[in-house]
Amino acid sequence: MEVVLAIITGILYAAGIYMMMRRSIVKLIIGVILFSNGVNLLIFLSGRLKKGKPPLIPESSDVFIEAYTDPIPQALILTAIVISFGLQAFAIVLVKRAYKVLHTDDLDQLNTTDEDS
Amino acid sequence: MMENLVIWPLAVHFFFSLILMFGWKNIRFQKNVTIIGNSVSLAVAIYLFIHIYQNGTQTLAAGGWEAPFGIVFVSDLFAATLVLLTAISGFAVSIFTVVSVMNARLRFGFFSVYHFLLLGLNGAFLTGDIFNLYVWFEIIIISSFVLISIGGEKNQLEGAVKYFALNFMASMIFLTGLGLLYGLTGTLNMADLSVKIANVESRSLVDICAVLFFVGFGIKSAVFPLYFWLPASYHTPPSAVSAIFGGLLTKVGVYALIRVFTLIFIEDLFLQTLILAIAFFTIISGAFGALINNNLRKIFSYLIICHIGFIIGGLGVYTELALAGALFYLVHDITVKTNLYLISGLIYRLKGNTNIKQLGNIYRDYPKLSVIIALILFSLVGVPPLSGFWPKVSLFQAAFANANYWYIGALIFGSLITLIIAAKIWSEVFWKNKDSEIPTRRFIQFDKLKNLQKAQFVVPIIVLAVISLYIGFGAQHVQELVSEIAHDLKNNRSYIDAVLNQEQ
Repeated sequence: MEVVLAIITGILYAAGIYMMMRRSIVKLIIGVILFSNGVNLLIFLSGRLKKGKPPLIPESSDVFIEAYTDPIPQALILTAIVISFGLQAFAIVLVKRAYKVLHTDDLDQLNTTDEDS
Repeated sequence: MMENLVIWPLAVHFFFSLILMFGWKNIRFQKNVTIIGNSVSLAVAIYLFIHIYQNGTQTLAAGGWEAPFGIVFVSDLFAATLVLLTAISGFAVSIFTVVSVMNARLRFGFFSVYHFLLLGLNGAFLTGDIFNLYVWFEIIIISSFVLISIGGEKNQLEGAVKYFALNFMASMIFLTGLGLLYGLTGTLNMADLSVKIANVESRSLVDICAVLFFVGFGIKSAVFPLYFWLPASYHTPPSAVSAIFGGLLTKVGVYALIRVFTLIFIEDLFLQTLILAIAFFTIISGAFGALINNNLRKIFSYLIICHIGFIIGGLGVYTELALAGALFYLVHDITVKTNLYLISGLIYRLKGNTNIKQLGNIYRDYPKLSVIIALILFSLVGVPPLSGFWPKVSLFQAAFANANYWYIGALIFGSLITLIIAAKIWSEVFWKNKDSEIPTRRFIQFDKLKNLQKAQFVVPIIVLAVISLYIGFGAQHVQELVSEIAHDLKNNRSYIDAVLNQEQ
C-alpha cells in the first residue's frame, strides 16, 4: 500500500508542477490544487501506514503496548488542507479578476510589470 | 498575566484586528483605531524586549502541553529584537498609510488585514514549533495577497498573480521538507528536532530536507535564482504596502533561514558552500538589476535582493562574528528599506511620478526634506558613522578570517553599486533641473494638504531616520546586542535548554 501511495504522491507532484509551468492561468490553479494534495499525501505517508491500529492507549496500561497509528500527521494534514483550501479560493477569485482586467489567460502576456516604467 | 508575556504581541494585533472589523464601513474610526493599535503593540514590543534583555529567554507552552509534545512559543533575544523592529516599522507605516492610501482602497478592510499581517510576522518570530511556523507563514502570505491586490489595478493584479504563484510554491516546498523531517525524527519542536536530528542514520535524507527548507525559505527571502517574483510585484501596490513588504516580508524568510540553519541543520560544509555561492550571485544580480532600472520603487526592489545577499553570506560564513554582522545588517536593513519605500511614496506625492528620468528639482523645492532623505541614502550606502557601515566591518573581518574571498569581492561590489545608485538617485531626483508635470486628477497634491496630513507623511520617515541614526551612532549598543544573539545562535544549547527543561 505504501508503494502505491508513494507513486501517487510522485504523480501528483509531477502533474502539479507540470500544470503550474503551463501558460494558461487556469492550469496554474489546477497545478496548485494537485501540488497541495501531493504534499498532503506525503505528510500522511511520513507518519508510516499501520492498518487497523488505533492511536489510543488501552485502559489497562499507561503506555502504548503495540504498534499504533501516529495521529500527528493527520492533524497536520487537516490544518494544511484548510489552509490550502483558503489559498485556492483566493487564487480562483484573483485569477477571475485578473482575467477580467487583463483580458488574457496567457501567463506569457503578463509581462507589463517587468517593463521599465 | 506576566507568564503570558510572550504572546502579548500576538494578542494585541489579533484584538485590534477584530475591533477594526466592527467598524468595517467607518474609515475614520479604522484610521484612529489602527494608530492606537500600533502604538499599543509598539509599547508591548518594547516591554517584551526589555524583559527578555534582562531576564533571558522566555517560553510559553500553549495550552499547558509540555515542550516536545505541544506547541511552544519561545522568545529569545533574536525573536524579541525582530518583534521590536516589526512593531517600529508597523507603527511608522500605519501613520503613513492613514494619509497616503486612498479611501477607495481602505474601504475593503485594509487595516484589519494589515494587523493580521503583523500578527503573522510576530507569530513567525516567536514560535518554537516548525509546523506552527508554517501556519504563521500562511497567515503572512494570505494577508499579503490581500494587501497586494486590494484596489485591483491592472499591474497590481498582474503582480499579485506572480506573487501568489511563487509564494504558494515556496510554502508547499517548505511543507514537503517539513513532512520529510517529521518522518525522519518524529517531532516538530525545533529544539527537540535539533537534538534528534543528530541521531538520524540516513544523512543524505537530512541533506535533502535541508535543501528543501533552503529552497522554500529562499523563495520567500528572494535569493538568487528564486527572486523574480519580487521585482515583478513589489512596485505595484501603494508605497505604504510596499514599505511593510520590503521591510519585513523578505526578512521573515531570512529569519527562518538563520533560525533553521543555526538550530537544526548545522555544521554542514556542503550547505555553507551552497549558501555562500548563492549569496555571491544574489548580490551580483541584485546590484545589476538595480543599476538598469529607472523606476524608483523597482530600484529599491533590486536593492532589497542585493542586500539579502549580504545577510545570507554572513550566515554562510558561519562564525560568531559573521552571524553578528549578518544580524546587525538585518537590523539596519529593516529600518532603512521600510523608510526607502516610504520615501518613494512621498516623492510620488510630491511630484506625481516615480521614474527618476522624469523627476527633478526636489532639493530646490523641499531642501529640509531632502537633507533627511540624503541621510537615509547615506545610511543605506554605509558611509562611516551611519548604520550601514558597522555590520560590513564585522562581515569583512569574518570573511577575511575564513578566507571567503569571493564573498568579500561581492560585498565590495554590492556596496560600490549601492553607492552609485544612491548618487544616481540624488543627482537625478534631487538636483536635476527638471519640472515634472503633476497629474492632479488622482490625488491631492502635497502642498495643498493640511498641516496635520503633511506631518503624517513626514513624521514616519523622520522616526525611522532617527532610528537609523541611532543604529549608526549608538552602534556600540547594537553591536553588543547582536554579539549576544550571535553567541546564542552559535551555541544553541541555551535555546534548547530553555525550551526543553522549563522548570530550570
